[in-house]
Amino acid sequence: MKPLDPRLVRTASAVRVHLAVTVVSGVLITGLILLQAWLLSRVITGVRAGDGMDVLGPLIVLVAVVALTRALLSYLAETSALHSAARTKSQLRRRLIAHVTGSGTVWPAEGGDGRDGSPKVGELVTLATRGLDALDEYFARYLPQLVLSAIVPLAVLSVVFWADWISGVVILVTLPLIPIFMALIGMHTQQRTDRQWKLLSRLGGHFLDVVEGLPTLAIFRRAKAQAAIIREVGEDHRKATMGTLRIAFLSAFALELLATLAVALVAVEVGLRLLGGHMDYQTALLVLILAPEAYLPLREVGARFHASMEGVAAADQVFTELDRRRDDGAERPSPAPTGRPSPATGGDLRLRGIGLRYPGRDTPALSELDLTLEAGEHLLLTGPSGSGKTTLLSLLLRLREPTEGRIEVRAPDGEWTPLWDVPVEDWRAGIAWVPQHPYLFDVSVADNIRLGSPDAGLDRVREAARLAEADGFVQALPDGYETRLGERGTRLSAGQRQRIALARALCRDAPLVLLDEPTAHLDPENATAVRTAVARLLEGRTAVIVAHDTGWAESVSGDRLRTAHLPLPTERVSP
Amino acid sequence: MSAPVTGRDVDSEADPVIGSVVDERGRRKDPLRRMIALARPRSARFALGVLLGGAATGSGVALLGVAAWMLATAANHPSITALSVAVVATRALGVSKGVTRYLERLVTHDAAFRTLAQVRVRVYERLARTEPFVRFRSGDLVSRLVNDTEATLDLLVRGLTPPLVSVVTGGATVLVLTAVYAPGGLLLAAGLLLAGLAVPLMAAALNRKPGLREAEARGTLSTALVDTLHGAPDLVAYGAMDRHVARVNEADAELTRVARRDAATLGLSEGVNTLITGLTVWGALFSGVLAVEEGTIGPTALAVLVLVTLAAFEIVAPLPAVASRLGAIRASGVRLFGVLDAPAAIAPPAQEGLEIDPDVDAPVHIRDLRVRYGPEEPWALDGVDLEIPAGATVAVVGPSGAGKSTLASVLLRLRDPDGGRVEIGGTDITAYPADEVRRVVSGVPEDPHVFGSTLRENLRLAKPGAGDDELCAALRGARLAHDVEAMPQGLDTRVGSHGLGLSGGMVRRLALARAVLAAPRVLVLDEPTAHLDPDTRDAVVADLLAAAEGFSTLLITHDLTGLDRVDRIYVVRDGRVLQSGTHTELLAEDGWYRRVHER
Repeated sequence: MKPLDPRLVRTASAVRVHLAVTVVSGVLITGLILLQAWLLSRVITGVRAGDGMDVLGPLIVLVAVVALTRALLSYLAETSALHSAARTKSQLRRRLIAHVTGSGTVWPAEGGDGRDGSPKVGELVTLATRGLDALDEYFARYLPQLVLSAIVPLAVLSVVFWADWISGVVILVTLPLIPIFMALIGMHTQQRTDRQWKLLSRLGGHFLDVVEGLPTLAIFRRAKAQAAIIREVGEDHRKATMGTLRIAFLSAFALELLATLAVALVAVEVGLRLLGGHMDYQTALLVLILAPEAYLPLREVGARFHASMEGVAAADQVFTELDRRRDDGAERPSPAPTGRPSPATGGDLRLRGIGLRYPGRDTPALSELDLTLEAGEHLLLTGPSGSGKTTLLSLLLRLREPTEGRIEVRAPDGEWTPLWDVPVEDWRAGIAWVPQHPYLFDVSVADNIRLGSPDAGLDRVREAARLAEADGFVQALPDGYETRLGERGTRLSAGQRQRIALARALCRDAPLVLLDEPTAHLDPENATAVRTAVARLLEGRTAVIVAHDTGWAESVSGDRLRTAHLPLPTERVSP
Repeated sequence: MSAPVTGRDVDSEADPVIGSVVDERGRRKDPLRRMIALARPRSARFALGVLLGGAATGSGVALLGVAAWMLATAANHPSITALSVAVVATRALGVSKGVTRYLERLVTHDAAFRTLAQVRVRVYERLARTEPFVRFRSGDLVSRLVNDTEATLDLLVRGLTPPLVSVVTGGATVLVLTAVYAPGGLLLAAGLLLAGLAVPLMAAALNRKPGLREAEARGTLSTALVDTLHGAPDLVAYGAMDRHVARVNEADAELTRVARRDAATLGLSEGVNTLITGLTVWGALFSGVLAVEEGTIGPTALAVLVLVTLAAFEIVAPLPAVASRLGAIRASGVRLFGVLDAPAAIAPPAQEGLEIDPDVDAPVHIRDLRVRYGPEEPWALDGVDLEIPAGATVAVVGPSGAGKSTLASVLLRLRDPDGGRVEIGGTDITAYPADEVRRVVSGVPEDPHVFGSTLRENLRLAKPGAGDDELCAALRGARLAHDVEAMPQGLDTRVGSHGLGLSGGMVRRLALARAVLAAPRVLVLDEPTAHLDPDTRDAVVADLLAAAEGFSTLLITHDLTGLDRVDRIYVVRDGRVLQSGTHTELLAEDGWYRRVHER
């Protein structure tokens, strides 16, 4: 992985500012390190030579000034780094969210099981919050050290060369050995550790597995015996881990050993020449004080490398997401929306030779489908799971485009037109959709119900809730319609959530209704309430209802009900 | 590696006793100290680690001190013999630092992993006694508990050793320097205490508020984000996406604003530490120069004083990072000990080792059973009377939250009743050891677990010595034999978290086969058809009832499929029995059962 991702510099303007600040403060800090070393060696030598306070006083004051300046500089650099990190995170986050919500990456549908490698929603949320937070460490700790590790050794080396070229040669020879040795050891150990990590993660997962399975173990009287096995596995885990660590710690060992040994060599070599009178005391001290400084930044960068790489990895993931494009089938620009529901939603609709194939799949989800739906008709779609019922709904919602055939619509008193000539926003504005698992948002109940009609007043919201058999339990909530529902509407039961979704559909008052197995996972009591609400919703509207079985026919009866059974397109091979 | 379900004789294991860690007195102690106390059995190894760490850090400081003395002495041009010891020492120190550091890391990691292995066993043993099923129903909580256990490792490796090393090395350095020049030693002591202790603590205190503010803002952002991404289809369908992206961006702006405002506070400690280091060196230089002028010390001592002070701050360098982690580790400790301190869910029987007569029929009588999950909680079971005659199949139905699963966990001895009695063959089950009851009563729990192991080992869990023909017979009974034969590796197929993911239906069937293999006399099946497609549901229920032939069976379900085949049905709601009778009787009666069945 690159220490500094060029995409990061290109994408986030805050990064460029940060780099500039970091380089400037790096140069200043280097200067201060050199100055302090010279001052210390000068004063110590001066005292020995008998210089008085008149000479040494100003120099000692200067040491204090250097300390103050360095502290101030490091404070400012750190603060500025945190500022930049916050801004960069915000910039990346906004781009990520705009991209993900705009491109349809997060629209699950039948078959959208992440086989194309797109991440789950939970992973995206973690990436956008905790994941990006790792950039703090990267910006505030790693990048400044990286800059210092480029400047300080060079500056120290130059000064030492100028003061005493023999010591300069010692440092010049040992310094590059550090990265070379680390790379060599790293390459050697990489393969071995990779193999070991697999084993390690398996051993590590054992404890979680056993704790999760505790009820099962208890029932079969295996719970107590398992303790001894946990102990054994823990011991295996330790042995395997230590085997890995013995090698993994080697690179740190090489670094530490070389850095310290080089300082010792310089010290002895300088001391012996000082003894022989080939060198003066001040130069010797200067070289001794500066020598460790040449190695320090390298060690710091090494120590911070892994923690900071999490930040780089997070940024890398963001860029991977930004580069990902979802193949929606035919890319066709939609006409500009008019802001009003399309009249075609109140008319007839027909599917002609519709086919849809998810990318990366061998069998199409739908093929050669012909279907007509007249205004006011209720179409009950049945069929086994995997037959493409939900996929068909997502086509009608235009969450996806068919890969073959076309959908045509006809407004009352209008002509047949292809659906793609209707602005997508206008089309959806005339649809009320109740999915299998409706999503409720962490806002008030009222705002959840008026999701598709933001201007609806409380009266209309309550009327919709009443028709959806939801008014009763909403009234019983602590703040009634103003109660916040919590993340994913966890305050409510599945049946109650379904009824809120129906209220949402009723509130929208759209001419076309799409229902996806509205009672599939409900207990019988809730299912009844939902069916009553559905019957009210369907009154006077065109509808497509997806259901597992035909038991629905009775409850949503009416002379306009028609049933279509979706067959399996081809034999599915079970894994 | 041993698989989690490898056979081992149950009865030979003595009931584990949790040591001093969870005793009454311990509960009031700081969780950090209690976590460290967990490492006590390994204290010799940790002490060795601290000594090695002290040697490593000390080598670095001593190297500069000896070198400074060598240069100052060499400047007087003595004979080479005066320097020979210093030359050797310098070279030795140059090597010893790297070596001792390497050894220290190995020793402390080894000791910490040993401790972790032991802590895992303790946590597990504790959990096994405290009915984890209610409190840890969510998988999130289980994995958090496991992470909290691993936090012990973090504390021991990164939180315990570095401060001890700092104390040892810092103390030694201050002592040596005091011998050279007492005020210089005291000055260094003050500087090290400030930089290593006061500043990290100050930073932790200062950062607490910004940390909370930021956590709150991040929470808001995270909620808005979860809403927007999970609810994306709903938002798109209802044309509300733009409004919700705006909500996310607003939360993002707030988080960024908070983070930028607090940057000034968060950056403070780094600056203050640099200042303390610089000023201590300056103080050493200044006081040293004055002392030389007064004749208290010589110029050689001055060189040693200044260079040792300069090098000594490396001793406390790791401490700020330690201080900033302690909060998170402490929080882990609080959660961890919350589990370790929880009281056992089952009281030991009054009389040891009572056994259920293996030859006697085992009818189950439940009388006035009451259970609740806390003194303030409503009754989950509020006076339930129920009977499972020997060999009969009884169903308990009712809406979710009626208390059905609580009934199962009482029967399986996962918790004690709070009132009433459960009798097997006329004796209260609390009179027997829990595992003795589970020998007679077994089944499929609410959420059967498939272990990351082979199919064979998952099955053998129920009967450790079982041969392959027995296993296959059990699989046939659950109509799983055909699927298993189709797998290339048959019974050796790896399943669970490290292998093949089984479908919901297959998990239920596997759990059923396991329960049949255990051959109890009473079979408890808790929601065996939950999460199944209606298509598979009928088939699984039919198989269940066929497989349960010959057992006394309690079938718990919210689904009324196939209940015409059971002997008696109890309708439970809000912890009480509303109706009971056969399928035909209940259909003839006006009530919950008929109402629900008709839909």
